[in-house]
Amino acid sequence: MNQLREKAPAKHKSISYAKWGYLFIAPFFITYAIFKLYPLFLTIYNSFFENYRSGLKQVGPNFVGLANYIKLFTPDANGIIDIIKYTGNTVVLWLGGAIPQIVIALLLAIFFTSYRLNIKGQQFFKTVIYMPNLIMASAFSMLFYTLFSNVGPVNQLLMQMGIAEKPIDFFAIKITVRSLICLMNFLLWFGNTTILLMAGIMGIDQNMFEAANIDGATSTQTFFRVTLPLLTPILVYTVITALIGGLQMFDVPQVLTNGAGNPNRSSMTLIMFLNSYLKTSKNYGMAGAISVIIFIITGLLSMLVYRSLTKKD
Amino acid sequence: MNRLSDENLRARRQLKLSRFVVYLILIFLSVLSLFSFYMLIVNASRSNADLQGGFRLLPSNYFFKNLKNAWTDASINVPRGMLNSFIIAASTAVLATYFSALTAYGIHAYDFKLKKLAFTFIMAVMVIPNQVSAVGFYQMCVKLGWTNNYLPLILPGIAAPIVFFYMKQYMESVLPMEIVDAARVDGSGEFRTFNTIILPMLKPALAVQLIFTFVESWNNYFMPALLLDKAEMKTVPLMIAQLRSADYSKFDMGKVYMFILLAILPVVVVYIFLSKSIIKGVTAGSVKG
Repeated sequence: MNQLREKAPAKHKSISYAKWGYLFIAPFFITYAIFKLYPLFLTIYNSFFENYRSGLKQVGPNFVGLANYIKLFTPDANGIIDIIKYTGNTVVLWLGGAIPQIVIALLLAIFFTSYRLNIKGQQFFKTVIYMPNLIMASAFSMLFYTLFSNVGPVNQLLMQMGIAEKPIDFFAIKITVRSLICLMNFLLWFGNTTILLMAGIMGIDQNMFEAANIDGATSTQTFFRVTLPLLTPILVYTVITALIGGLQMFDVPQVLTNGAGNPNRSSMTLIMFLNSYLKTSKNYGMAGAISVIIFIITGLLSMLVYRSLTKKD
Repeated sequence: MNRLSDENLRARRQLKLSRFVVYLILIFLSVLSLFSFYMLIVNASRSNADLQGGFRLLPSNYFFKNLKNAWTDASINVPRGMLNSFIIAASTAVLATYFSALTAYGIHAYDFKLKKLAFTFIMAVMVIPNQVSAVGFYQMCVKLGWTNNYLPLILPGIAAPIVFFYMKQYMESVLPMEIVDAARVDGSGEFRTFNTIILPMLKPALAVQLIFTFVESWNNYFMPALLLDKAEMKTVPLMIAQLRSADYSKFDMGKVYMFILLAILPVVVVYIFLSKSIIKGVTAGSVKG
């Protein structure tokens, strides 16, 4: 007892809490290893094998090297395996939603933060435009499907107003399907982006704006010479995270076109393509190869994010 | 003097005009955001026959009849789907929030050799989409007999890099280490300190993340669609997709609109009450300029 008491104060300083650090972060890393890392390696491994179900027959797994990748990039007779086309679709569908999303969000963020304009009811507007971000994308897509279907209210309205004689089949026309997907993605995300950019603008030193004002800068000049350059890091971050999100586009086009990406697979995204291999034929090989390609694209984009975030420090 | 006030007047008029245009834009975007939901509510209140009859902008009186029909539908069991979704989303939210706080605290409060590496790793994997490892994940679940099981949908929540990052940011701004030292002097164990002293201090962050992770899981479509195919196991998004793939022309449309409304309603109700803190939560952890 005596001994212990003597030792205690000296020991207090040198107690190492390091093991607690490891203990506290252990659940995260164990879970990550089991549910993300191991499956990721398994996915990459699968991409070098022929392994699928054809009717009741199971083919493989047989090692085939890069055959799955070669197959992915070789157009087939039915025009179904065409990863370049689906990458193109994904990019087009993403751009169609993301460009208006970022432009309008930037505009709104400037409105909301402008002392000169002094917009009233900001909380209300923010609440309204952010709401779609929390809505179930698949249900939102289903809603648009019902609204624009042959018997839906949009067609009814067009006919009642005498604009159309018979219902327009919006889902058989490439441009309307794509536009609807872009519109939905825009609605789902522009409120979120507005709030992020607002935070960015409010983080800019107010003296900058005051100085610009005293020097007689117009609001256009202030925007292009002060706001935009100082906002660039956050803007880049927003664009690239939106791009990574865009690569994952699935729920909206999947439900809207019932997984077919119609018409003529013009709205089939990369993840829908991946899903089509997993759902029916359990084609782990091809699905694995698609995953690896998406992974590589994401990796390259992530490096851009990392650079844009660390450049400033 | 006269010229100056003239200019002043012009500037004021211009400000008025630009303010008018800005409000017009804001109102237009608000209407655009809300209109589809308004139509959803209107159409969910109309009978099938009425809906076939034509377009209408005002609600009707069939709302509760549709609600009853949708709620008791034989092929799409909405209450069961909502219960399933709730079980998964609530468990995921609790696990993701608690363990992200625990992980963030581990890195925030302790010094250890691999600390920097661990942090860099989590930041690096933050952007990897879940779908990229779906093939291996699905294969693993099949092997373990984990299809039609909620565990593979819930447990991965323990490793949620984005929630971790939010918690870490929050701790950096509000958590003084002196409190931890004081607790140590008082003889509180490390784990107890975290649960009884640290967690209560994180309440605002925990609340925001509980909501976000719940909503994300509630809306999740891709993974449950791969893993669940038994009717009684299905979650709400799967039922929505089922609605889409069924022969649509034979459906009672009033009921279809009601299904969609039920799918999004819980989140909207929560949002109406907590919108202020939710919107604040969007920015707090996400941007580091």
